[in-house]
Amino acid sequence: MNERLWGILVDSFPKLLDYGIRVTVPLTILSFALALLISVVVALIQYAQVKVLRQVCRFYIWIIRGTPLLVQLWLVFYGLPSVGILIDAFPAAVLVFGFNEGAYMAESVRGALESVSRGQLEAGYCVGMSYMQIMLHVVLPQAFRTAFPALSNSLISMLKGTSLASTITVMEMFRQATVINGRVYESLGLYTEVALIYLAFCTLLTWLQRIGEKKLASYGGEKA
Amino acid sequence: MMLEAKNVRKSFDGREVLRGIDLQVEKGDVIAILGPSGSGKTTFLRCLNFLERADAGELVFDGERFDLHAASRADIARLRKKTAFVFQNYNLFLNKTVLQNVTLGLTLGARMKKDAAREIAVKALEQVGMADRLDAYPSQLSGGQQQRVAIARALASSPEIIYFDEPTSALDPELIGEVLSVMRQLAEAGMTMLVVTHEMDFARNVSSKVLFMEGGSVIESGPSRRFFEQPKEERSQAFIRSIIEARK
Ligand SMILES: Nc1ncnc2c1ncn2[C@@H]1O[C@H](COP(=O)(O)OP(=O)(O)O)[C@@H](O)[C@H]1O
Ligand SMILES: [Mg+2]
Repeated sequence: MNERLWGILVDSFPKLLDYGIRVTVPLTILSFALALLISVVVALIQYAQVKVLRQVCRFYIWIIRGTPLLVQLWLVFYGLPSVGILIDAFPAAVLVFGFNEGAYMAESVRGALESVSRGQLEAGYCVGMSYMQIMLHVVLPQAFRTAFPALSNSLISMLKGTSLASTITVMEMFRQATVINGRVYESLGLYTEVALIYLAFCTLLTWLQRIGEKKLASYGGEKA
Repeated sequence: MMLEAKNVRKSFDGREVLRGIDLQVEKGDVIAILGPSGSGKTTFLRCLNFLERADAGELVFDGERFDLHAASRADIARLRKKTAFVFQNYNLFLNKTVLQNVTLGLTLGARMKKDAAREIAVKALEQVGMADRLDAYPSQLSGGQQQRVAIARALASSPEIIYFDEPTSALDPELIGEVLSVMRQLAEAGMTMLVVTHEMDFARNVSSKVLFMEGGSVIESGPSRRFFEQPKEERSQAFIRSIIEARK
């Protein structure tokens, strides 16, 4: 590797990392929090078979899963202003990422809810608990444990997905790499560098996931 | 009369599963509900506790009337306070310890203080011989132990009657005895019990009355001894014969 390229990479590293920590990470966390909220609500509506809302949820999941994330992003940021809805780039990205991943996560959460035996719900009724109490203390904790690996996957894929926000002017880590590249023309080096930083972030998340899974591990071991 | 069910009817998808069941229970009765599988025993028990909505029927409990088809939420909650249910496959809360399984209904359902609930739970668990496993999770217990915890959970709410739906049917043969002996103790202590079972020794020796069902109707009911020694109906006779055959 020549000295010029090495110098560029060393210079750009703190800048990229800085955007990663200040923009990419918060964008991921906010989007994921929104996605988690949406997914739990949507899953609960389906689990409890709430009449009309259930149809609304199916429709939402159908639309989101059937259209590309990039198109959704452009539709909201470039399309909606023409009907008077202007959303800043960052919040637009959070909204789209949240609603997008939320649809996939809703399916994971719903599956996890269904995997908790309905008999526990009935047992709860018989000892005088309300639907809410049973969900909160019995069903949701078990479902969360079951859904945890899938939700972790969603978080990791979302972190990488935030790079798409660069296409709607959000100055996050990947866009910063393109900006630097515009001055120095070192595509291979710079994009490899930014890829490695994403890889490091994801490795960290994978590691956290393992710890989380151990913490949640089994109410007294797998057997049941 | 503590409990009287009248004309309980239920259909699933247009197929009549309960064709007007009547039942009378006195305080302290232990009634075995017998009958071939598919005859509607489980459904009947579930209707009595509103786990299933009957199409028609009435329940009189301690002099209070409940419409088994149209009772309100508040009515159901009030009725369930006086009853408890033990399921075939235990239905313990899998994310809770043995102790929590018993206290949860007390603290959340009956809004009892933690300490008071714990005290009651420990007593109930002592009664079923599970007080030494307070911190175990259901997955660490044998089926017989899980069912005993489920019985403790039922006892903790001081019900006036406990419904049992085939409490030993999911158990390995060597674990059936421990559950039956707990149930026998309860019966001897005067607990009112309604027990769907295939355990003929229990029906014969522990229960005071028998309700024999087939095809969604009561074929014969009466004192256990009479049912086993001089069954009146031909169907009952055939049923008892088939049980004796199966044993050989
Ligand atoms: N939830 C349900 N939906 C449809 N059919 C049911 C349902 N529950 C029970 N049945 C049917 O009702 C009949 C009686 O069932 P059940 O009460 O479980 O009988 P038993 O407990 O005597 O074996 C069976 O034919 C069964 O298939
Ligand atoms: Mg049954």
